[in-house]
Amino acid sequence: MKNIIFSLLTLAVVPVQAFAQQRPDIIGVIMGSQKAVIAVPDMRGAGRASGLMDIVNGTLFRDLEDAAIFKMAPKSMYPTRVPQQPQEFRKPLQYDPTNRNAAPWLQDWSDPPVNSDYLAFGYAAEQDNQIVLFGWLFNVRQPEVAAAQVLGKIYFGPIDETGARKVAHEFAADILKQFGVESLAGSKVYFVSNRSGSKEIWSMDYDGASQKQITSYKSISTMPSVSPDGSRIAFTSWAMGQPQILVHSLETLRRIPFLNPRAGTNQNASYTADGKQIAFSSSASGFSQIYMANADGSGVRRLSNSRAVEVEPKINPKTGNEIVFVSGRGGGSPQVYRMNSDGADVQRLTTGEGQATNPSWNPQGTHIAFAWTRGYDPGNFNIFVMDVNTREFVQLTSGAGRNENPVWAPDGKHIVFSSDRGGRGQIWTMLADGTQLRQLTSAGINEKPAWSK
Amino acid sequence: MTTNKASALTLALCLSFFAAGCKKKVPAPPPPAAPPKAAAPTPKPVVARPIVKFFTAEPSTIERGQASSLKWEVTGAETASINQGLGVIGTAAAGGSTPAVISGNRSVFPSNTTTYTLTASNSGGTVTEAVTVNVTAPPPAAKATPTPSPRATFGEVIAREIQDALFDFDKSDIREDARNSLTQNSDKLKTIFRDYPNGTVTIEGHADERGSAEYNLGLGDRRAIAAREFLVQLGVSADRLRTLSYGKERPQCTDNSETCWQKNRRAHFTGQ
Repeated sequence: MKNIIFSLLTLAVVPVQAFAQQRPDIIGVIMGSQKAVIAVPDMRGAGRASGLMDIVNGTLFRDLEDAAIFKMAPKSMYPTRVPQQPQEFRKPLQYDPTNRNAAPWLQDWSDPPVNSDYLAFGYAAEQDNQIVLFGWLFNVRQPEVAAAQVLGKIYFGPIDETGARKVAHEFAADILKQFGVESLAGSKVYFVSNRSGSKEIWSMDYDGASQKQITSYKSISTMPSVSPDGSRIAFTSWAMGQPQILVHSLETLRRIPFLNPRAGTNQNASYTADGKQIAFSSSASGFSQIYMANADGSGVRRLSNSRAVEVEPKINPKTGNEIVFVSGRGGGSPQVYRMNSDGADVQRLTTGEGQATNPSWNPQGTHIAFAWTRGYDPGNFNIFVMDVNTREFVQLTSGAGRNENPVWAPDGKHIVFSSDRGGRGQIWTMLADGTQLRQLTSAGINEKPAWSK
Repeated sequence: MTTNKASALTLALCLSFFAAGCKKKVPAPPPPAAPPKAAAPTPKPVVARPIVKFFTAEPSTIERGQASSLKWEVTGAETASINQGLGVIGTAAAGGSTPAVISGNRSVFPSNTTTYTLTASNSGGTVTEAVTVNVTAPPPAAKATPTPSPRATFGEVIAREIQDALFDFDKSDIREDARNSLTQNSDKLKTIFRDYPNGTVTIEGHADERGSAEYNLGLGDRRAIAAREFLVQLGVSADRLRTLSYGKERPQCTDNSETCWQKNRRAHFTGQ
């Protein structure tokens, strides 16, 4: 069980080794402990930027913490002398942490009690009606200032909350890039909300900011799936009468053609990694079965062949030659199955206990997250992660409402899901080890999240 | 060669067909000229009054703006007319060897209830006959429904008469009680479909909340299809039954209890 989590979290660490070939210091730190320790003291701002620093500091801290590659040094241990720019560092002849008059020095951060490996610092100012953020990342384990600088950059944005968030996201993304990690800051979570009076598709930033309504069919529109390039969104809607698949451009927000097979229900569209094909389920045969078609709905072919309800096909994003799906075959309750992308070699992945639904591949194509009632009453789903090769699984949530529709973040380490643990269904994120829970929505009932780059 | 042969054969067949057709006609003798049936002997010296064989309005009740057809046949009249502006409908020379027949029809579009009087006369006297065309107000123009307003709409009848078929958890098999419900539904649907020739029934498939929305949508589809197949087997017209799955998206109750869940595991009928 622990091995699964360990391998998931270390996957993200692998790229750091590549980077570390140029900067041996980073690999040393990473390999020395599980995670590098980073200190992120609050930055100060001048002029109108000062009023925006809570947003800048909060966004930066959260982006770095959310990336889950760092251990955040506890703020209460930070030294009192916090540098705002590199020139303030003065190497003392004899380092004395108790000397309150001394200039800031790297050891303030690397020594106990902070014990940090890295320091992100800087300041913001107002310039030509813009917020300007000067940001640095220092490796505080280095003996000299000249060797310590890993990153130093200037960021610009409009002098308002959006601009404050933008410069902080960009600074965080650059820091993460030094460790070979793509920031989630630019990523979007699409979801379904009834807050406008009917179920519509909405979008938000990965941290819950800027929630926007995407569709307005005033019907039921649900189960969104985003194309890998983020340009299109496919979903299931009753807008035309029977539930059918609709596709919208995320650039124009307009509907683009998708040819549904003649069937009472077409649902659960999901894209292949190249975005050229869509897998979906259709009741054209009288039973909901798994089908594949071109992205515009042409060239339909049936993949599964059973007299059972089969839904939610998801194509392995890495190999493209494997599909996981949910089936009630055998007359039992729904379970997660896998098959080759031509429909051959069908195998059940879950044990047959409870109801198992909502499978979702991680970007590496090695693990699935899914919802399972194993050990609970019908309908009381929890989030599980399974290694598809070994079928070893681990339970991430327990005893906190109904937890459904887990979907991986592009970084392969976060999972977004819905949970009614607070009373009503809301969108939450967590790390793939079940920690770092965050609630992203609160207005109305929200469900069916999808995470896109 | 083959083509020529074939066309020659076709031609021969055609010719023989026409020849046969001609032959058939030859033996059919023309019917003998029968004497007119009105040749019933009438006493010549005394001129009888004309006879109005019939004077009708079809239909006798119309909606305003619609037409009624007046039809008449009068014998022995020298002149005949209809009031309400229709005027003279025929004249015949007096003293013919056979009584004159005046017959015809005319469409009328009265805007109110109107009585039409036919007057036929000859030297022997005058006869009148009257018909009345009743005119009713048309229904409100906005609704062109085939069902008059006092009658329940198709949707109302379906909602009142057709009961849900219930299902077991995670199942779409027609169980015993659903079998009874659907059998009763089939009898009623046959009658209702006869009374409302344009109505269509949608069978909605629903599921309880304890399952994924995705799987329940497939399950609801199965339930609707299973109910439809059962009704079709009992002789209900298939092309008037559509299916629509809602899965767990439109529950009729939201309590966290088996009573409520059972209500939601259903095939439900609506009329359009």
